Amino acid sequence: MTGPLHGLLTHDPVVAAAGIDLLADALDAQAVSVERVDWRPPPAGTEAALARVMADPRRGAANHTALDRVLAVSPSLVDVRPAAELLDLSPGTFLHAGPPIEWARASGPLRGALIGAVLFEGLAGSPDEATALLEAGTGITLEPCHAHRTVGPMAGVVSPSMWLFEVADAAGDGDPRRAYCSLNEGLGKVLRYGAYGPDVLDRLRWMSGVLGPLLQVAVRKHGPVDLGAIVAQMLQMGDEGHNRNRAGTLLWLREVLPDLIDSGAAPADIAAAARFIAGNDHFFLNLGMPAAKLALDAGRDVPGSTLVVAMARNGTDFGIQTSGTGDAWFTGPAQVPDGLFLGGFGPADANPDIGDSAITETAGIGGFAMAAAPAIVRFVGGEVSDALDATGLMYEITLAEHPAYQVPILSFRGTPTGIDVTKVIRTGILPQINTGMAGRVAGTGQVGAGLVNPPAECFTAALSALAEATPGA
Amino acid sequence: MTELAAAEVVEVRTGTYHDSVSLMQASRTVQQVPGVSAALVAMATELNLELLAGMGFAAPQEAGPNDLLVAIRCADEARDAALAALAGALESGPAGGVSGGGGERPPRTIGSAAARSGATLALVSVPGRHAFVEAMDALEAGLSVLVFSDGVPLAQEVLLKEEAARRDLLVMGPDCGTAIVAGTGLGFANVVRPGPVGIVAASGTGAQQLCCLLDAAGVGISHVLGVGGRDLSTEVAARSTLQALAALSADPATEVVVVVSKPPAAEVAARVQAAADELGKPVVMCLLGRGRPDLTATAAEALRTAGVEVPTWPHWPAREAREPQEPRAGFLRGLFCGGTLCDEAMIIATAALGPIASNIPLQPDWTLDGTMRAPGHLMIDFGDDALTAGRPHPMIDPSLRTERLLAEARDPTTAVVLLDVVLGHGAAPDPAGDLAPAIAGARATAAADGRGLAVVVSLCGTEGDPQGRDRQAGALAAVGAAVFGSNAEAARHAAALVRPR
Repeated sequence: MTGPLHGLLTHDPVVAAAGIDLLADALDAQAVSVERVDWRPPPAGTEAALARVMADPRRGAANHTALDRVLAVSPSLVDVRPAAELLDLSPGTFLHAGPPIEWARASGPLRGALIGAVLFEGLAGSPDEATALLEAGTGITLEPCHAHRTVGPMAGVVSPSMWLFEVADAAGDGDPRRAYCSLNEGLGKVLRYGAYGPDVLDRLRWMSGVLGPLLQVAVRKHGPVDLGAIVAQMLQMGDEGHNRNRAGTLLWLREVLPDLIDSGAAPADIAAAARFIAGNDHFFLNLGMPAAKLALDAGRDVPGSTLVVAMARNGTDFGIQTSGTGDAWFTGPAQVPDGLFLGGFGPADANPDIGDSAITETAGIGGFAMAAAPAIVRFVGGEVSDALDATGLMYEITLAEHPAYQVPILSFRGTPTGIDVTKVIRTGILPQINTGMAGRVAGTGQVGAGLVNPPAECFTAALSALAEATPGA
Repeated sequence: MTELAAAEVVEVRTGTYHDSVSLMQASRTVQQVPGVSAALVAMATELNLELLAGMGFAAPQEAGPNDLLVAIRCADEARDAALAALAGALESGPAGGVSGGGGERPPRTIGSAAARSGATLALVSVPGRHAFVEAMDALEAGLSVLVFSDGVPLAQEVLLKEEAARRDLLVMGPDCGTAIVAGTGLGFANVVRPGPVGIVAASGTGAQQLCCLLDAAGVGISHVLGVGGRDLSTEVAARSTLQALAALSADPATEVVVVVSKPPAAEVAARVQAAADELGKPVVMCLLGRGRPDLTATAAEALRTAGVEVPTWPHWPAREAREPQEPRAGFLRGLFCGGTLCDEAMIIATAALGPIASNIPLQPDWTLDGTMRAPGHLMIDFGDDALTAGRPHPMIDPSLRTERLLAEARDPTTAVVLLDVVLGHGAAPDPAGDLAPAIAGARATAAADGRGLAVVVSLCGTEGDPQGRDRQAGALAAVGAAVFGSNAEAARHAAALVRPR
């Protein structure tokens, strides 16, 4: 028992000070320990909504509840199956990354990926036919991946014939919740970057015809693969889980390779599959993403919670969703990443930010774990200390430190996890996202990779909606 | 313009590995060398070989994914510079390693600062419309909080204090200028000796005056817990006062409790009185107002309660050294930094002099208009919110009041000027150093006009204050001011110097 007011009157105070420097100086002059806040005013016009949300008596407990649910999830890969079996996708329905969007507003890479998917599904015979079909929209439905427990990197286009990873919660006893993601195609000219040439479609056919079924056999033989454990390990091996998945890919391949070899399939197919996975440093991204999605979906729909449960881009809009506001998207214009370019490409070739892969940052890895992967910060010519600073800064806008995902160079501090809308508004610090860059023109493919932030208006719009949802508002 | 000779370099370097990010950076470095039209530095993967072909370079022979591919197209003269730039870019990264990193940036919220430092108390002095957010953050982090900011909406004050009560924390303020917590002065606070008297104060300068008088009498202070000027209103219902009383009740260092406030709303007064009655320690209630004991009388009562003899309050110069001054015709002009000191001075002076115009008037019909001028007696609180909006408090920046002092000296109807000077942490480093020359100038101005001008100073400070009470008093007395440690005595002295009409 420390006495009333938690012992305030019986111990030398340690002071946290925000505001006038002179008052903190006066504490220094008394040799009192004082931690000064580098306080800055929130954006003009947000004061009322911010105060309203900060006054919501549900907020603290709601954020605890949401976050506890997120952190309790133990994501495991349980199966690999065609989208048609897993999702209720009628022919002509295509999922895409980011918030909802129609063809008319779709960017080049999303259009390119949709054209490729229409061709892949055999709904058109040529890119021109596919374009006409998508433009007319007859029998075509576009829906966000996120609305179907799915995430897709870059354009994120999913059609019924594509195979998906199926991720379940090993900790949730009999929990029916799932998250899905397509298989990663590799880099360069690939569908998710908006390319739809014959080689792209050939690869997709091989993935559906050979790779998917092979992985299904292997994963079923192996039993559930603990993805959380792989994420925890890869962060200690130089990956951050978004732009760098090299260690994660190899760790995962090591898990399933014996069962792949033991699958009874033709040795040439097994060799091709192993070569494909090992040759694609981003293969694990499509496993880390649904692992993150499954965890964050567990934090959805807690009234009063200001936790961000999704950040996603469709190449035109950047959108976020929060726990306390259901399925509503809060959007702003997607930004063009700052980074490095492949070959002769330059900034003018880059499309604005695209993909559901920012689910990794939402879950506390990717850009938030930059300190674990200092190489990533060199995309913008930064130094190792910048990587440490980037992660350090994200602690200012998050609710917790992840108990399992740790960064060795930060003395195994847990990664900053659980973005709080109120903290983003209060500090003006926007989430740090690591990302690939797609070519602006449909069919181009990847042009580079770099760093990007969401537009601030996503967060101000979410704050307004949270304020309107407070009791008595 | 002549066509420059073109060079094309395509090299495969074996036995060297660089990660793709380093190589993209190296490519960019080389591309930026003047004269270079295209460059690709990459591991010779299938994808990169395709890129190379797409850029129009000839394919190298026998290059595998573990080989480094270097392709540069440039003006002949730029070749060496491009290769040198490449060599530089492929060397190990910039010197310095991880030093300076590690997320050691200053915290951006009170919650973050609390988590880093293990803070037990928050001091919030951001603009009033933002103060609620930081204060609520402090409470959620388990910190009691002093809200120095003014202009916090009443409803937000109630919310903060409800939350604090739920968490067994204390909200001091809003608009709390003074606190002393376990020996630490917060905001404007005097350096006082530790001792048995605990003060719960809805008035900042009121608490400072009590502290200084008790200190002068050799009696120390355990804590000063500010509660904000509205705490005893009907809406706020003394939430912080009751929290503070309970805390002082349990505090082993506190033997006598003093509550300083304007008279509370009736139903609130009953609750505070009930809490005081059950405190188990003597409570001196100091409810300021016309017809009630002043701060000096309250200090005396607290001393008697503590079993200490009431001394002669300090004054400079000594009474016997002071030249006798005849009352003179004219008006009393009071120029204050402390609102409670101004209020007390008006209550005392009005008994002798009648109506006193003010920006914080004793009654509404004595309100000064926007010009802050009036033909009769007047007193101005320069620390009032309306006069501090967008500028520092006069305890920090005295310039507005100094100007007014000189203006009063030019006014032939001014007989006496009454000023307060507040010392302590947070106050200006040498208030007398600023004020004494102005007083000298004011008296000289009046003398040049054939008039006398009496200047009386209420000096609220202790010998332990960084500015040194006696040194400050000496400097003021040296330019002819009569200086009093008791604000009530200063006000009485000033009023007695004005001849009633």
